[in-house]
Amino acid sequence: MTARERVAGTVANYVDERTGAAKWMKKNLTKVFPDHWSFLLGEIVLYSFIILLLSGTFLTFWFDPSQREVIYDGSYVPLQGLHMSAAYASTLHISFEIRGGMLMRQIHHWAALIFMAGMVVHLMRVYFTGAFRKPREFNWIIGVGLLTLGIVEGFLGYSLPDDLLSGTGIRIAEAIIQALPVVGSYLAFFAFGGAFPGEAFIPRIFTVHVLLLPGIFLALITVHLMLVWYQKHTQWPGPGRTEKNVVGYPLMPAYMAKAGGFFFIVFGVTAFLGAVASINPIWLYGPYNPGQVSAGSQPDWYMGWLDGLVRMAPPLETYLFGYTISWNILIPGLIIPGILFTGMALYPFIESWITGDKREHHLLDRPRNVPNRTALGAMSLTFMLVALINGGNDIIATTFSLSINQVMWFSRIGIIVLPPLAFVITKRICLSLQRADRELVLHGRETGRLLMLPHGEFVEVHEPISPELAWKLTAHEQAPALVLADVDARGVRRAGSLKNKLRKRISQANAESIAKPTANDLKEIEHH
Amino acid sequence: MKKLSKLRRNAFASPLLLALALFAIGTTFSVASATTKSELSVQQRSAQIAEGKNIFLKGCSSCHGLNLEGSAIAPSLVGVGAASVDFQVGTGRMPVADLSQQIARKEPVYNEEQTAALAAYVASTSLGPEIPTESMLNYERDGNTAEGGTLFRTNCAMCHNFAGQGGALTQGKYAPTLMGVEPKYIYEAMITGPQAMPVFADKTITPAEKLSMIKWIKAAENEPQLGGAALGRVGPVTEGLLVWTLGLGLLIGVAVWLATKAR
Amino acid sequence: MSNEIEAIKDPGLPAHVHRKADTDPVAEKRAERQVAILFLISALGTLLFIFAYYFVPEDVFFFFPVLGNTNAHQLFLGLGLAIALFFIGAAAIHWAKTLMPDLEVIAMRHTLRSDEEDRDALVTTAKERAGAAGLGRRSLIKRSMGLSLGLIGLSPLVLLRDLGPLPGDELTKTSWKAGTRLVTDPGDRPIRPEDLEVGAVAQVLPEHFGEERRHLSDIAKDAVLLIRLRPEEFQLSSERLSWTYDGIIAFSKICSHMGCAVALYEQTTKHLLCPCHQSTFDVPRAAKVIFGPSARALPQLAITVDSEGFLIAQKPFSEPVGPSFWERSS
Repeated sequence: MTARERVAGTVANYVDERTGAAKWMKKNLTKVFPDHWSFLLGEIVLYSFIILLLSGTFLTFWFDPSQREVIYDGSYVPLQGLHMSAAYASTLHISFEIRGGMLMRQIHHWAALIFMAGMVVHLMRVYFTGAFRKPREFNWIIGVGLLTLGIVEGFLGYSLPDDLLSGTGIRIAEAIIQALPVVGSYLAFFAFGGAFPGEAFIPRIFTVHVLLLPGIFLALITVHLMLVWYQKHTQWPGPGRTEKNVVGYPLMPAYMAKAGGFFFIVFGVTAFLGAVASINPIWLYGPYNPGQVSAGSQPDWYMGWLDGLVRMAPPLETYLFGYTISWNILIPGLIIPGILFTGMALYPFIESWITGDKREHHLLDRPRNVPNRTALGAMSLTFMLVALINGGNDIIATTFSLSINQVMWFSRIGIIVLPPLAFVITKRICLSLQRADRELVLHGRETGRLLMLPHGEFVEVHEPISPELAWKLTAHEQAPALVLADVDARGVRRAGSLKNKLRKRISQANAESIAKPTANDLKEIEHH
Repeated sequence: MKKLSKLRRNAFASPLLLALALFAIGTTFSVASATTKSELSVQQRSAQIAEGKNIFLKGCSSCHGLNLEGSAIAPSLVGVGAASVDFQVGTGRMPVADLSQQIARKEPVYNEEQTAALAAYVASTSLGPEIPTESMLNYERDGNTAEGGTLFRTNCAMCHNFAGQGGALTQGKYAPTLMGVEPKYIYEAMITGPQAMPVFADKTITPAEKLSMIKWIKAAENEPQLGGAALGRVGPVTEGLLVWTLGLGLLIGVAVWLATKAR
Repeated sequence: MSNEIEAIKDPGLPAHVHRKADTDPVAEKRAERQVAILFLISALGTLLFIFAYYFVPEDVFFFFPVLGNTNAHQLFLGLGLAIALFFIGAAAIHWAKTLMPDLEVIAMRHTLRSDEEDRDALVTTAKERAGAAGLGRRSLIKRSMGLSLGLIGLSPLVLLRDLGPLPGDELTKTSWKAGTRLVTDPGDRPIRPEDLEVGAVAQVLPEHFGEERRHLSDIAKDAVLLIRLRPEEFQLSSERLSWTYDGIIAFSKICSHMGCAVALYEQTTKHLLCPCHQSTFDVPRAAKVIFGPSARALPQLAITVDSEGFLIAQKPFSEPVGPSFWERSS
C-alpha cells in the first residue's frame, strides 16, 4: 500500500464512520450514463448557473444597489459631473476602475444569455425526444418553472445598473403591473415604493436577484438533478438498448472527467465572449431619465418574444363604468404567455391523455416517429420566432431596408398563419422521413453502382443495411389510435361524449404514421 | 487606475487615428473655403450668385420650380437658407437620384465651389439659416461632453440611438447614423431639419449646447472598444444573435466532440 | 397472412471496438502527450491572465482585427482566462476520451413503482397514524386549526403593506398648473413662441423652483414635447385648437401605451413614433393613434403665453398622463 492510498483510506474511513456513505458511493461511482451530445445541453445550463453565481458574487463586492443620487467623478470622461444613481455609478466603477471588473460584468451577462439559450435548447431536446414522458413529468414541470424564473431573474439582472436601457425596461414592467385590473396601480405603488421610478425598486430587486431567486434556483436545480440521478438518464434507441436497461459509461472516471471538463469548456467559452465581445455597454446608454429613450430599445433575447407580442398587439382598451382594461397590454403581456407556459407545463399530461399511454418510457423517440408532437413543437417555435422577430422589428427594418410597418404587419399576420403552416409542413416532413426509413430498411442503401440486366435495362445496386441500423430504425412502437366507445355497454350515450370525440379525433391524428417494416416484410422481399 | 481621458493620447498603432487626422484636415479645408467666401467682394459675390442661379436652373428647378416655389414632389426652397443647401448638396442628398422614402447620403454631385454658389443663390432670395463658420464650430473648445451627452439623450437618441448609430422611423424612413458625419453637417441638420428631422432652434438648444452635442457624438465615434467588439452598438439584438450563433455553436461543437467515441 | 407481426430483431450490443491507444503503446504515448500539452496551454493562459492583470496598463489600446481599436488590458485578461479554463476542459475531455476506460456498460433499471406490499403497508400506516392523531374525529381542532393557519397566511400580506404608499391621486396629477412656464429640458430656460420656427420641436418640463433637483418621478409624468406646425395644418376641434398657441402644440411625452418617451417627430409626415413599441401618433389630429399598440392619443397640454411673452400652461393636463391603469376613467 502506497502512502497516498493509506491517506485516502484514512479519509474514506473517517467519512464513512460518520456518514455510512461507502455503500452509496460504491454504487454511484459506477453509475452508468449514456453518452450523446444532446444530453450535454442541460449541463450547459447547470454550468452557466455556477458561472453566474461566481461572477455575480464578484460583482456584488462593488455594486451599490441604491437609487440615491450621486455626482459621477469616475474616470469615464463623457459622464463626468452628471447626476446619476449610486447603482449606475458603481456599475461604471466596476467597469472602469476595478481590474477585471469589465471582464466579470461581461462574463456575468454573457453567462446569463447562455444560461437561457441553454435552457431553450435543452427543453427542445427533451420535448422533441419525448423525454418528458412518465416517469419524468415532475422534472419537466420543474424545468418549465426554471425557465420562467430564469426570464424574471435575467430581467431583474439587467435592470440593476439603472442605465437608460434598463430604466426603459423597468418602465415597461411597471406599465404591465399598472395594467392589472383592480389591483394594478396599488401593486405598482407597493413595488416601487410610490410613484415610478422612486428610489426603492433597485434595492428591492437586488435582494430578489441575488438572494431569493438564486436560492429557489439552487433548490429546484438540486431536485431536478436528483431526479435525473434517481430515475436514470433516458437513452436513444439502438442495438442492445431497451426500456429496462441503460447503456453507457460509468461515472468514474470517464464520465466524471468529461462532465468536469465540460464545465471548464462552458466557463472558457463564456470568458472568451466576455473578452472579445462587448455586452450592454451601459456607459454609452447614460443614466436613466424617464424623459429620455433610445431608438431600438429592446430587452435581452429571452424577453424579446414578449416585447414582440406587445408591439404587435392591436390597440384595444375597454372603458367600463369609469374603469380601464388595457387589453393591448394584458393579452400580449400576461394572457398569452400565461397560456403558453401553462400549456407547456401540462403537455406531458395532455399527451398521455391523447395516447392513453400510462407506461414508463426510458427510450427516446426519434422526432420523425412522433409526427404530431414534432409538428406541435415546430409550431410553437415558429410562434415564438415570429414574436421574437417582431421584438427586433426596428433593427430588422434598418438592417434590411424594410419599413417597421411592414415588419409589424408581417408579424401580425405571420403569428396567426405561420405556426399552423409549420405544423402541416413539419408533419409532412416527418412522414416522408418515416417513408425514407422504411425504404432504407426494406431495400437497403443506394450504392450508385449500376447493373445491366440481361435484357439491357439498368438498375442500381442496393446494399442491405446492417442489422444494427435496421433495428434502430424500427425499434419504435407504433401505437394505434385510442378506441373509445361513444356509448356504454347498455347502449346509453356516455357523459362527456364531446370530450371523447375530441380525444378520439386527436388520437387518430396522433397515430398517423407510415407502417414501420417488420421482419415479415423483409422476408417477403427476399422471396422476390 | 484607468485614466480614460488619456485614451486618445495613448492609443498606438491605430489606423483610426490616421483616418481621424485625414478627416480633420478635410473638414478644416472645407470650412476654411467656406470662410473665405464671406470675404468676397460685391462683384465676386454677385458672380457667385449668378453661377448658383445657373446651376439651380439646370439641375434643381425642374423639381423645386424656377422661383424656388417647389412642386408636388419637392418642397419650396423659400427661406431654407444657405445652411440647408450646404447640407443637402454637400452630403450628396441633393440632387436626388431616386425618389424613395428616404434620400440617403451619397457622393456629392457638385463640387465645393458649385455648392457654395448654389447656397449663395438660394440665400440671396430669402432669409434663412446661414452656414456655420469655422469659428462657430470649435466644439473641442466650446463644448462640454457630459452635458452634450444629456442633451443628446433627450433630443437625439430616440431616433439616432443611444450611440448615434441611427434607427428606424415609420414607413421605411430611418434616422441615419451620425458616425463619420462632419460637425458642420450635424450642426446644419439641427438648425434646418432636413427631411423627416425636426428643427432644433437656437433658442431652445443654444449654439453652445449644439457644440456640446457634437463633442459628445465625436467622443462616442472615437471611443475605442472598451469591452470588446461593439456589435454595432444597437443593443441586445446583436448580443442575442451572437449567443445563439458563436456561443451555442462553440458549446454544441465541443459537446459533439465530447460524445464522439475516440478511435 | 397471420396476424402475428414479427418485429425486426434487436441484434444486441455490438462488440466493443478498441481504440488505438488501448492497443498501440505509441498511440497511447501520443495521447498522453496531447493531454499534457492541453494542460500546459491552460497554464500559459493563466500566466497571460496574471501578466495582463499586473503589467498591461488599462489605458493601452491597439488595433485588433475584427474587434477594432481594443483595450489591451481587458482583451488579454479575458483571453488569458478563457484559454486557462477552456484548455483544462479540453485536456480533461481528451484524457477521458482517449485513455480512460471506455467499455460500454449495461446497467439495469429498477422499477420506480414500489412493491404492492410496501404500498399497502404505507396506506395502512398512514391511515393508522392519522387516526391516532384523531384528525378525522376532532373536528373542533380541525376547524380551529384551519382558521389559525388561514389567518396566519394573511400576515405576510399585512407586513408587505408598508412597501409603498397608496396611489391616491398620484397617477392622475402632474406638476403642471395654470400659469406654469414651459422650460427647456435640459437647461431650464423659459421659451417664447418665436423661439420655435415651423418644424421645430423642443423637449420641455414645467418650471421648477427651489434648491432641490427635479425628482425622476416628476419627470416621468411632466415631460412634454412642443411642436410647431403651420396653424392651418391642424385638424383639431375648436376646444383643442384653443389649447395650441400660434401653431405650437404640446403633448405629454410619456407614451399612453407603456410610458416610454415618445419624441420621434417626423417633420414631413407630422407623425410621432414611440421607439419602444412603435405606436404612431398623428400630431395635427391631436396625436391620434394611427399605428401600433397604443389605444389612446397622447394627452395634450393647453398652452398660451404670459404677460412677458413666455409659453405657459393654461391649466393642468385634463387627463392622466402615461400608461393606462384600472382607475382611469377613459
